Amino acid sequence: MNLVATPPARARAVRVDLLLIADMIGANARVLDVGCGDGALLEHLARTKAVDGRGIELSQVDVKECVSRGLAVIQGDADEDLADYPSGAFDYVVLSQTLQATRNPRRVLEEMVRIGARAIVSFPNYGHWRVRAQLLLKGRMPETDTLPERWHESPNIHPCTIRDFIALCDQLGIAIERQIFADRKGRTSLGGANRRLANLLAEQGLFALKRAR
Amino acid sequence: MSEAFNPLVASERARKAGQYAVLGAEQPLKLDCGAELGPFTVAYQTYGRLNAAKSNVVLACHALTGDQYVAGTHPVTGKPGWWDLVVGPGRIIDTERYFVICANVLGGCMGTTGPAEVDPATGKPFGLSFPVITVADMVRAQAMLLDHLGIGDVFCVIGGSMGGMQALQWAATFPERTFAAVPIAAAARHSAQNIAFHEVGRQAIIADRDWHGGDYISHGTRPHKGLAVARMAAHITYLSEQALRRKFGRRLQDRSNLSYGFDADFQVESYLRHQGSTFVDRFDANSYLYITRAMDYFDLAADKGGRLAEVFTGVKTRFCLISFTSDWLFPTADSREIVHALNAAAAKVSFVEIVTDKGHDAFLLDEPEFHGTLSGFLNGAARERGLG
Repeated sequence: MNLVATPPARARAVRVDLLLIADMIGANARVLDVGCGDGALLEHLARTKAVDGRGIELSQVDVKECVSRGLAVIQGDADEDLADYPSGAFDYVVLSQTLQATRNPRRVLEEMVRIGARAIVSFPNYGHWRVRAQLLLKGRMPETDTLPERWHESPNIHPCTIRDFIALCDQLGIAIERQIFADRKGRTSLGGANRRLANLLAEQGLFALKRAR
Repeated sequence: MSEAFNPLVASERARKAGQYAVLGAEQPLKLDCGAELGPFTVAYQTYGRLNAAKSNVVLACHALTGDQYVAGTHPVTGKPGWWDLVVGPGRIIDTERYFVICANVLGGCMGTTGPAEVDPATGKPFGLSFPVITVADMVRAQAMLLDHLGIGDVFCVIGGSMGGMQALQWAATFPERTFAAVPIAAAARHSAQNIAFHEVGRQAIIADRDWHGGDYISHGTRPHKGLAVARMAAHITYLSEQALRRKFGRRLQDRSNLSYGFDADFQVESYLRHQGSTFVDRFDANSYLYITRAMDYFDLAADKGGRLAEVFTGVKTRFCLISFTSDWLFPTADSREIVHALNAAAAKVSFVEIVTDKGHDAFLLDEPEFHGTLSGFLNGAARERGLG
């Protein structure tokens, strides 16, 4: 379910956005990776930070790959399966490049901050200037390197911008603890702390969230 | 086999050909029904070698009509063991790496004490005076066998269907003795539909006049017709509509026209009749009643008010659940229910649904995706166990 091109599993190279996520996670933490793909992040975290990791993944092929790497991964999806986990079961719940493909992103976010002490969410930013330019100048739905699928083939049924996401967090009483704005190569500090500028310049947003008391 | 199947003779042969232990002589087994059983016999087979640390034990649990002959050639039927595809040297459950134990379940008819056994109190076969046993009783009997063999904890308990029920029961009853559990095509409780199918099978046996109230051995008869019908009905549930269509369709058997009678015109009829008639040569009718009953009674969360997650709270066992898309006997929803409970209990669980048209029996067949998952999980768990 990862929507950014993944290098071949054998290479065991970890995508840059996953490395950014890994940096946010402390050693020995309990981590649930929702939409964990072939398990690259979980394996990286297990190897480098001794985390106790679990995963949820839609694709049978990816689940099999994870299970054969010795990872505890179940076949399922964010919309269906998060409701079963008890509150506070994990230190971190990760949703990488998947929020925009869920049926109910709002409920998924609420479940994530319920299950995890912290939630880490990354998603492609539809407010990026290239996306805006394609709509404005061509009048066509955007196709970029980050968002390569055509509108009728895309799994992204709920696209959002960085500002949309921040507004939803505010509405749900979810506090943003950290924010990273990056391009597709993981280069960060685009727009600095200026969210309007970041919304124009960043190809992806990465947020550490917490339920506000 | 030309003469009528005699469960006593088959049991005797199985004990002679294989291994068995007499258990519960000093401390009888307390059954769920309240009765006590002991001494009783458990017939079992082992494959491979127990390592010095005794850490490489795989306990394979057989399904309703299976037995301890998981690999190699079955001494009674002459056919390969029920999981010969998976268990053996260099196979997924590699007997050069693991020490595989498979025991005939309590109530069975291949050497372990069951209703065909002679009751020492009366000198006659138990028949229906044999106590009703449960999956938990079967598992407790297996634990007694492991005690007898000097084995503490098990690397992996694995099985499909009723074997999967036993794997779940192991993790629930003896979590500290269960490092990993692989319940395949199983459920935490037997469904109403499955109890209904079992009841049809049992009533077919009971309606056979040769059943004699369960005392057919004393009468020198066997309820072959009833048992064959029970097997035919059950066998349909092990397949899928797609598989039946693919294998048989509406094709006719050895004829080009309908007979306008009740011969086996269709290939599917001929196939089922064959399944029924060969089954009675290797299985005891009363065992069929008792073991189907054990499955019906299986409800892992019954004494937790139905809250399955509570069964697994604090359990350290690693689980791998596998279901099959076309299995309508133990559908994926049954496995998911267990996965949800394990998640709620924060247990370590993997789960895959394998796409196949082969129905419930897919766990016994050549399914590369299934075998790949199984192999991957076992290798991962073996690394954690330090089995290299």
